[in-house]
Amino acid sequence: MNATDPDTADHPEADHLQTGAGSPSDVQADQFIIRVQGLRDVFGSFVVHDNLDLDVRRGEILGVVGGSGTGKSVLMRAIIGLQLPDDGSIEVLGESITAAREDADIAIRNRWGVLFQGGALFSTLTVAENVEVPLREFYPEIDEQLLAEIAHYKVLLTGLPGDAALKFPSELSGGMVKRAGLARALALDPELLFLDEPTSGLDPIAAAAFDQLIKELQQTLGLTVFLITHDLDTLHEICDRVAVLADKRVIAVGTIPELLATDHPWIQEYFNGPRGRAASDAWHQDKQRASADNGNAR
Amino acid sequence: MSDMPDFTLIPGESGDTLVLTGPLLVSTLGRLDQRLRAITTPIAKVDLGGVGAIDTVGAWICCRLTRDSGAEIVNAGDTAQRLIGELRKIDDGRPAEISRPMLIWLRVPANVGDTVIGLALGAVAVLGFVGQMMLAAGGMLRHPGRFRTRALVHQMELVGVNSLGIIGLMSFLVGIVIAQQGSVELRQFGAEVYTINLVGRLTLRELGILMTAIMVAGRSGSAFAAELGTMKLTEEVDAMRTIGVSPMEALIVPRVLATVVMMPLLGVYSAVMGIIGGAFLGQVSLGIPFLTFLSRIRLVVPISDVWVGLTKGPVFGLIVALAGCYQGMQVKSNAEEVGKRTTAAVVMAIFTVIVLDAFFAVFFTEIGWG
Repeated sequence: MNATDPDTADHPEADHLQTGAGSPSDVQADQFIIRVQGLRDVFGSFVVHDNLDLDVRRGEILGVVGGSGTGKSVLMRAIIGLQLPDDGSIEVLGESITAAREDADIAIRNRWGVLFQGGALFSTLTVAENVEVPLREFYPEIDEQLLAEIAHYKVLLTGLPGDAALKFPSELSGGMVKRAGLARALALDPELLFLDEPTSGLDPIAAAAFDQLIKELQQTLGLTVFLITHDLDTLHEICDRVAVLADKRVIAVGTIPELLATDHPWIQEYFNGPRGRAASDAWHQDKQRASADNGNAR
Repeated sequence: MSDMPDFTLIPGESGDTLVLTGPLLVSTLGRLDQRLRAITTPIAKVDLGGVGAIDTVGAWICCRLTRDSGAEIVNAGDTAQRLIGELRKIDDGRPAEISRPMLIWLRVPANVGDTVIGLALGAVAVLGFVGQMMLAAGGMLRHPGRFRTRALVHQMELVGVNSLGIIGLMSFLVGIVIAQQGSVELRQFGAEVYTINLVGRLTLRELGILMTAIMVAGRSGSAFAAELGTMKLTEEVDAMRTIGVSPMEALIVPRVLATVVMMPLLGVYSAVMGIIGGAFLGQVSLGIPFLTFLSRIRLVVPISDVWVGLTKGPVFGLIVALAGCYQGMQVKSNAEEVGKRTTAAVVMAIFTVIVLDAFFAVFFTEIGWG
């Protein structure tokens, strides 16, 4: 394991922790909803990613963590085709993002939803109209009445009050903007959801509710979620696997216990720092309480 | 077609049974929903046995059907049950509101009223803005240390130096046009030589500064509005205030001062380039030697024309910069507003400049600087 000194690593993939069904060759290729291979992103002379590999499995919630400036958002932008990488290949839902021209990859754009960090709501449209934008774009045959109903229940689904649908983004609080952004991301019932720090800026109660909402949606709709977060509670509560970005690559992917078994100093500090410990303890207590409740019920 | 959803109604004793078939997905449901809405007979049961894939939109339609008709759902698959259950939990039972645009005979008077009120309030707000700016400028006079020389010089470069090329070229061409068109008319009287008077007086007195003001309004006035507007949107202006930096001092005064200083300079430069354009045409097509044209200018243009041009410069500069900064600082809430305010800044600046120019023309003639 070269995780502590990645520069000497001859085979970057040796650092990857593989979980579940065994080595990647055992797993069918179509189980991966996102495949990133050999990604390289350079801004000027600053190398953000170098030879980055990442696979996201169908139906999982993958948390992406990393220090500030390690290029989490850049990775997301590259995967959704907003930024052309300097090298490497990206496949999403079986389509190559890197090979497609800007207008050619539209076929899969209605199969994913993206929540940007700042919400990125269209400021001249109401929340309901924001939700309707992708619906109008892809399904023009849906009439006004149904559009309004869909927007209404999507807004309710994300935990906003119904009257928020008629408000403009500038009239919403930060947390409400996040929820409205999620409502828009969910507008087309996508298979794949990209969330960039969905719980940052939310109060702990709202953040926990948001986590539950994502988990609920993932279970009911069979979503795959690519989740960038700094929220340790989110990682513990809902993420099936966590990918750690450091040293310009994904240095490890796995469940939190698996990550803890590695000796990379950043991972250790991240999960075993005071905040990491607190979140982990809270999570274990929750689980114990839940199992105790189950026991009593029997 | 098997990949499109459909429905059949089976009559029953207590009500009809609605049998839905096919995939209930957002991509397929657009047409079906309108037909479902058209059903008027009471429905007792909704049979989902033949439904394939279902997403939240499909589940929503089932949820709405049962809510509105009181029907029960039968033969639903696991996913359908779960989704419908989730949606029932969150449904507040209130109809979704559609914001319909106002009817045109209501909208036109409303817009007229809004515009009139907006104009009145705008006039007051502009006065307030000018007052604030004068207070800030006064404060800076008393505490010269707060004056932002670097910002001023930077703005002078943006407003003045960087526009030399475009203003020079424009004035040169306008000079050519005046000389060309003027000479055609004057030739009929054998007074071709008066082309020099025409070019000299027109550029120095009127066109030099007017064209410059219009160009600066389009170039810098719009930039001020867009810059400040975006800074307002991203809360940069608020951040400045909380740090204790007055946006008036840091943003507005340097911009206004830079434009006031640069405008007369650009106006003179523009007039000179116009005269050179005229002289160039004189050399090429009128048979007046280039240097003769230039030296005649000195004789035929009264010095008062130069003063007229120079007096108008700072006033036009003030108007262009104020319009840009004022409109920029009025931006609130959304991106469309930045565009609107930028347009308003340019229109307001050019309109006011031309109105004032007419006023100046009458005024200077009255005081004998004709």
